[in-house]
Amino acid sequence: MIGDAAKFSSAGRTHWGWIITVFILLLLLPAFFDTNTPTLLGIWALFALSLGLMWGYAGILSFGHAAYFGLGAYTYAITSMNLGESTAAWMLAILLPAFVAALIGAMMFYGRISDVYMGVITLVFSLILAKFMGATAGDAYSIGNARLGGFNGIPAFPILNVPGDPSTPIFGVPFYYLVVCCLVFCYLISRWVLSSAFGRILLGIRENEARIELLGYNAPAYKTAIFSLSAAMAGMAGCLFASWAEIVTPALFGLGQSVEVIIWVIAGGLGTLMGPVIGAVLLGTMKLLLGGQTFIDNSLVIGAILVLVVLLLPRGLLPSILGWRRQQDQRSVSRARSNSLRRRGGERRQQRPAAAQDKTGHGS
Amino acid sequence: MDYAAVVLLEIIYMIAFLVLTSAGLAVVFGMMRVINLAHGEFVMVGGYTTIACAKADINIYFAMLVISPLVVGILGLLVERLVVRQLYGRMIDTMLATWGLSLLIVGIVTFIFGNTAVSVPAPIPGYELGDFQMGGYNLFIIGIATLLILCMWLVMRFTRLGLIARGAMQSADVASSLGYDPKRVYMWTFTVGAALSGLAGGVLAPLTGLLPSSGGAYIAKAFITVITGGAAVITGTLSSSVIFGTINQVVSFGSTPVIGEIAMLAFAVVLLRLMPQGITGRFFRNAP
Repeated sequence: MIGDAAKFSSAGRTHWGWIITVFILLLLLPAFFDTNTPTLLGIWALFALSLGLMWGYAGILSFGHAAYFGLGAYTYAITSMNLGESTAAWMLAILLPAFVAALIGAMMFYGRISDVYMGVITLVFSLILAKFMGATAGDAYSIGNARLGGFNGIPAFPILNVPGDPSTPIFGVPFYYLVVCCLVFCYLISRWVLSSAFGRILLGIRENEARIELLGYNAPAYKTAIFSLSAAMAGMAGCLFASWAEIVTPALFGLGQSVEVIIWVIAGGLGTLMGPVIGAVLLGTMKLLLGGQTFIDNSLVIGAILVLVVLLLPRGLLPSILGWRRQQDQRSVSRARSNSLRRRGGERRQQRPAAAQDKTGHGS
Repeated sequence: MDYAAVVLLEIIYMIAFLVLTSAGLAVVFGMMRVINLAHGEFVMVGGYTTIACAKADINIYFAMLVISPLVVGILGLLVERLVVRQLYGRMIDTMLATWGLSLLIVGIVTFIFGNTAVSVPAPIPGYELGDFQMGGYNLFIIGIATLLILCMWLVMRFTRLGLIARGAMQSADVASSLGYDPKRVYMWTFTVGAALSGLAGGVLAPLTGLLPSSGGAYIAKAFITVITGGAAVITGTLSSSVIFGTINQVVSFGSTPVIGEIAMLAFAVVLLRLMPQGITGRFFRNAP
């Protein structure tokens, strides 16, 4: 039962020291490196965080999370092109994915659709968007003065600008700082949500939905809410990505994007918030490095990593390291205790193996 | 009149296409409750095998009907032994691992064959139906799909193997207490499922050129067909193929093929919302 207590309290534990150290390091980074790549990694990390929050803590796995990422990017591109200014576009790029996710989430969760079928629906939704956007070539498909452009996507829309001042765009180092602030902000929001009563009920739903319902909570409403929040974060990431890449294409909705974010989350660590961020940064860096050469295909390496992680490290990198450390701690504690017991001639108590404590995690 | 015949033929062809591409996935899902997301890549590997054989002057029918299923069956056996077997009972993990596997296979095929399209001409010439030019090879595909469904039904209904398979499907525990090791049953089921995917790949290869990433085009359609069909392998696959094939082609004729595909996907979402257990979870419950 020690394990259970630890599992639930870990949702609310915040390592402020670590967070502040990392934040300061991130702020100092532009002094030493070019910020273009770190900005992209930060955006990917935000996207991974959005899925990690929903999947790791509420047990909802979306096979098509790229739908909300792409929706955010397209919404931003279309709105900013029409308004010539980015503040409203930025807000819409967060609100629209959240709204769409709330609709789809409500349809799935109130319909009591099981895991696999939920996987199909989320996947199919992202495919519908990808196919539709791919087929929008020609003048017939335009919203205001933004042509959707089919497979070529929408180029040349205004990038983010300082709110209220369209003549001052944000790019380069300031844009990097903006991405870091968004990431930290979303991280803190997630922490806050998880430490609230709402977050605890989500954990309860992940562990045993029927029990939570019998306690009188409306599980579908909670799941819809977290789905929508996660989509809002994904939309924010998509919006930042659009402003970084300065072009949006239907590939943003694609299966590749969805599977990549799943791999980042599961490799980094399910059931943690830092894990997905670390996974996105590490695997994203690797992807960029592999993209620079042509000998080994990127998908070969990514695929191999996914298979190996599921087989060998099903809890992901971060929880495995933390679990290993906790095990070490417990072993030293138990050794000390058993020594002292032996000295006093007392009986040794059976230690519960630490590794057996959480088999939980994905799906269910 | 001719036009109606053309539309009808196209609808039947689409149904046959769905039956062929989802049969392998359906066998594995129906019997083992395992979703193999590398299914599209199995189909793709089957296609590559047929094309490679045809280029090496092996009879193309022999290649697609014998060599492709054999090669992909062996691939499936390996995958089951090395990966899927470790994950029985963990449905989501299986999906993730096989998804990783699909990327891995795409990577390997790209490594070997390069990222360029390969193709082989259809061995049956086209024919004219009134004013319309029709692909003769489509008829061959319809025939193969019909034969496949018939064979599956006969095997399931009348042979001892089918009896064991149906038993293991209904209750793995009882089958195991009667002396049939579920692990062995699962192993051969997965192999047969993979071989069926290989057959689909081989038969469809002459229709379209193949790229290493072609598998992605099959998996989504096969996935929704199987899931919407529900637990009963043959009836489920057949009924959802009929529904989706008809919707896809009718809407395609009214607008564009892309809109047709979108209509099919959207309809699948609605159908799953209405029948969360699939079609055979609601109707034809005791069908094989």
